[in-house]
Order: sequence, then C-alpha cells, then structure tokens
Amino acid sequence: MVRGLRIFGIVSAMTETQTGWPDGIYDLLKQAGVKQVAYVPDAGHARLIERVHADNDMKAVVLTSEEEGIALCCGAWLGGERSVLLMQSSGVGNCINMLSLVENCRFPLLALVTMRGEWGEFNQWQEPMSKATQPSLELMGVTVHRADRADDVTETVAAALDTAFRSDQAVAVLLGQRLIGRKEWTK
Amino acid sequence: MSALLERRAVVKRLVADRRDLLVVAGLGSTAYDLFAAGDHPANFYLWGAMGGAAMIGLGLALAQPQKPVLVVTGDGEQLMGMGGLATVGAQRPANLSIVVIDNERFGETGLQRSHTAYGTDLVGVAKSCGFAWTREIRAEAQLGEVVDRLHAKAGPSFAVVKVAPVNPPRALPARDGVYLKNRFRESLGLGVN
Repeated sequence: MVRGLRIFGIVSAMTETQTGWPDGIYDLLKQAGVKQVAYVPDAGHARLIERVHADNDMKAVVLTSEEEGIALCCGAWLGGERSVLLMQSSGVGNCINMLSLVENCRFPLLALVTMRGEWGEFNQWQEPMSKATQPSLELMGVTVHRADRADDVTETVAAALDTAFRSDQAVAVLLGQRLIGRKEWTK
Repeated sequence: MSALLERRAVVKRLVADRRDLLVVAGLGSTAYDLFAAGDHPANFYLWGAMGGAAMIGLGLALAQPQKPVLVVTGDGEQLMGMGGLATVGAQRPANLSIVVIDNERFGETGLQRSHTAYGTDLVGVAKSCGFAWTREIRAEAQLGEVVDRLHAKAGPSFAVVKVAPVNPPRALPARDGVYLKNRFRESLGLGVN
C-alpha cells in the first residue's frame, strides 16, 4: 500500500514498512506514560500526531512555534507529567534560547525531530537549518541520537526516553529524511 | 484620569489568599513582584526564557487540572510569546489564568516603550484567541474580580493590568533553576530523581 500525504502540493509516498515506525514510537510513548505531546506538524510525524489525537489519555498540543513546546514540556514536568515535542529540523532553530530553561533547571526533555534538507531534498531553503540542526542542539547542551533506518527507530527512541526521564537530560532524536522518503512534486 | 496602579500592590493582591494556587512569574519585574509578595514553594520564577511563561503555565495547567494556575508576566514578555496565546486558546484549560502587568515598557533595559505603548491590545489578542474571560484592569476596585477568576476554574482567563511605568526596588528570588524546579515539584508531592 502506498499512502499519499498532500502537503502544500507535495506528495510524500510512504510504504507500509515506513509507516510502521511511527506506530512503534506511539507504543513507546504510551508505555513510558507520556501524557502531553506538543508539535508543529511535519509530514514525517503525521501518523504519530493522528494516533495521539485519537488517544483520550494523551493531550495533543499544536504549537505556533517550536520554542513554545520547549516551555510547555518544562511546565508539564513541573506538574508531574511526561511530555514529548515533535518537530521538523527547521524548527530546531526556533528553540535555541528557550533551551536555556531546560539546561538551567535540568528539566528532562525529549524532542523527536524529522529531518529535511539531507536526502533527495527538492527545496534548498531546508538545507541551511538542516546542516545546523545537530550542532546547534549540541551547542545548547542537548544530547543527540539519530535513526536512519526504520529498524533503529524504536530502540533509539526507547533509549532516549530513559535518558530523558530517568537521568533528567535533554535528548533529541533525529529521524533521518531517508526514513520518510523522498518528496516528489505533483501538479 | 485616575492614577495608574502600583505593580507591587497588584501582584500582592493576586496572591494574598492564594490557597492551592500554582504561580509562574515571567522574568524581570514580575518575578521580583511575586517574590516581594512573599516567597512560596509553588512559585516558579523565571530569570530568562523570555516569551515562555504562558507556555510553562499551559503545560502545568494541563498536568494539574484540579489546581488553579496563574501566570503573572510583563507586557514585553507576553509580546514575545504572543503565538502562545493562540496555543492556549486551542487547548482552553479551565484552570489557567494569565495576568499581564502592563507598564507599557521594557522595564529591565531602561524603560523603553513596548508595543502596548504604541497601541497593541493584548486583551483583544487573547479574546480573539478564544480565552473564555478577558479584562483590562485600570482601577483597584476591579482587582477583586480578577482574584475571583483565578480560583473559579472557568477559564482560560486573561487580564491586562495597567500599572505605572516605574521600577520599584528590586526584590530578588533564588536564581538556581534546579532548586526552583525541585521545591515546586515537592510542594505537589512529586519526587526528585
């Protein structure tokens, strides 16, 4: 089966294998007791966002900008709830100063970042922030893990959940653009 | 026109009968105002993260729906996080109140005029984002209504309190973020890793 996701005139072809890993992430978030899922949408996160919205035990929080999600996740932890933040690599740039809140207070943070601008990208406006994504996260004290193959996603996210919520660390998992598939222009 | 309200007295009034109120204070003068009103473990003072106060309040309000949550912040801080008002509007947590102490100035940096001095109507923004209750407050007699709203859990509520553009003497809360986080969580019975 091929699913077509129409985003601003772009169709992303996702095979059934490729849609499996978002369900794997959802299962992990459930097991870990994550209650708040904040996001700026990305095609790569579309399936996971759908699952979260369909779950009455999770709160899906749509953001106008990714830095809101950093602050929201810190507030959730103050109130005793685990949260995750979903975004595309371009959104990492919007988070930089807000990450000082995470470091100063040693808040746990888990960000799942779908990459653009690195594999068959058709839009070169995605390239600069793509190249800066990992170094800028690391400059702000965030531990960065990466998964480029569907088989690696759940293990990587499971490890990141432990590091974030058991060790009070800020962790980002970069989900390689190759996982999501090349985007193709359509009419 | 009557004299503008004095910010310290306003914030003191908001938390005078705080009961189980959880409070997040935006960086700068509102954090000092809250500390001057009396330190409390359920106060979370920001010393940075400008633009984030309302969103910290939202995450907290969603996590603790039975407790009233107050975000008290300045006009400059709220202006930097204006998109967050739309995010609150999309969630509509009944237990969240945001009170902007609006002196129409960036107080920490030399009292430069902010956008509210040039006409930005934050109450109008909050109203259009779907807040259940919004008010502009200019007189002491109106503050009782705001205090009632904090505990009514019929929000989200949003008030702008116009105050005089002066900086009272500084009253500085602790700056150690880990300490502020842990004592806040402990006040809710939550453990430390």
